[in-house]
Amino acid sequence: MISVENLSVRAGGFGLSGISFSVPAGSYAVLMGRTGCGKTMLLETLCGLNRLRGGTVRLMGADVSRLKPAARGVGYVPQDRALFMTMSVYENIAFAMRVRRWENAVIDSRVQELGEVLKISHLLRRRPAGLSGGESQRVALGRALAAKPRVLLLDEPLSALDDPSRYEIHELLNSTCRNKDVTVLHVTHHRDDARQLADRLLVMEDGAVREGTLQ
Amino acid sequence: MTIPNRRQNTRHASSDAPFIISLLIIGGLYVALILAMLLADVNYLKPHDSNGVTTSARAILQRSIAPLRTPEIRFALKLSLISCTVTAILSLWFSVPLGYLMSRFHFPLKGLIDAILDIPIVLPPVVIGLSLLILFQSAPGKAIEKVVPFTYAIGGVILAQFAVSCAFAVRTMRVTFDQINPRAERVALTLGCTRSQAFWRVALPEGRRGVLTAGTLAWARAMGEFGPVLIFAGATRMRTEVLPTSVFLELSVGNIESAVAVSLLMVVAAVLVLILVRFAGATSAMERGLMP
Repeated sequence: MISVENLSVRAGGFGLSGISFSVPAGSYAVLMGRTGCGKTMLLETLCGLNRLRGGTVRLMGADVSRLKPAARGVGYVPQDRALFMTMSVYENIAFAMRVRRWENAVIDSRVQELGEVLKISHLLRRRPAGLSGGESQRVALGRALAAKPRVLLLDEPLSALDDPSRYEIHELLNSTCRNKDVTVLHVTHHRDDARQLADRLLVMEDGAVREGTLQ
Repeated sequence: MTIPNRRQNTRHASSDAPFIISLLIIGGLYVALILAMLLADVNYLKPHDSNGVTTSARAILQRSIAPLRTPEIRFALKLSLISCTVTAILSLWFSVPLGYLMSRFHFPLKGLIDAILDIPIVLPPVVIGLSLLILFQSAPGKAIEKVVPFTYAIGGVILAQFAVSCAFAVRTMRVTFDQINPRAERVALTLGCTRSQAFWRVALPEGRRGVLTAGTLAWARAMGEFGPVLIFAGATRMRTEVLPTSVFLELSVGNIESAVAVSLLMVVAAVLVLILVRFAGATSAMERGLMP
């Protein structure tokens, strides 16, 4: 689960304070809010990329407020995907496992498995530069899922996609991320994404996160 | 709303021509100046027979190479190549971490340090040489010289070249890292990397073209450095003489032909390095293009 209590953070002249919410383990929560309200900052703070000024972040029951990003066990897909452009798709997906020194055979098996699930097996030897928006999104998702994180944080993963690609990724997220082992927090400003994916809706406005309704 | 008619569209399209021609003329003038200087050098070395008619290309080449066969010039060539290469490596060693630090981190007095890093770029090179000379006459400088001699020594040639060249490499590396999306490194942190691993595995590979450019720039700048080398390391033949010093020494004794020959040698060296770098860049681009 994700549990945030009285979170306070500031970076680059912008800040959030007094943020509290929780997402039960194994659920798929969608966080909505206007552009510039601090959704990305909140996700980056959960990843450990911004230093907390106050409050507590608990992931799967453990207090990770003082832990570095590497030790939090989260998978993060940023809005611009930020794929590693000098590496092949295979190496992008294998990255987290290589850093953690998994065995080569295990890495290969996991990359092939994700390649099939995400339907990018034919792209594994390509570099990210020539990929379409939908393909890049699948690679970014594969990279985040590779080391089997317990918490997946998605920052507007569908924002730059055309409608057919959006529906494909909707299906993909439903099939790959909706299971009891992964808790998902998905940031978007499209109500359609929430309707298609969420079993819990959170709304960020006026500097606070509150429960929303899917209707 | 009015829709422009066909005639107006044609006029808009043709109005680009004067602009492009202006660019070509202005740019072409500078290219012509560079080529004119080089051609003048080559022309100066052309031998003339009694009728004033120029002889064969082979004779021109022989006349160009003749001064380069002297042991002094060969020593200067060797020292230049070695010192420039060491300077380029040292410049990268310092500029990559400095450029990364200045691009990615915020810390107190950053603006001041940024300005200090630009000092070697804006100061006249002679002043750098003089400052190095004074520094090594101070107590700490003399203590260092007891271990490694710099003043009027080969170490001084490298230090003088490095003091100027490194600033250009730092500036290049900072711009390189500024242009790389920092979010990729942040994602790497969430995937299990430490800051150091994110730098080595993500940032540096993405900045490899910048590293190549910074190294080339430092090498080329070191090759042309004259003022600080003359002041700090001197112009002693067979000891601290580099190619720009040779040009100065040959000119000072009135041996203009030899000075021009050395100048052309430097042009050839510079062009070779540029071709090498372009080839390396093109190879890398080709590899990317060939990926399935």
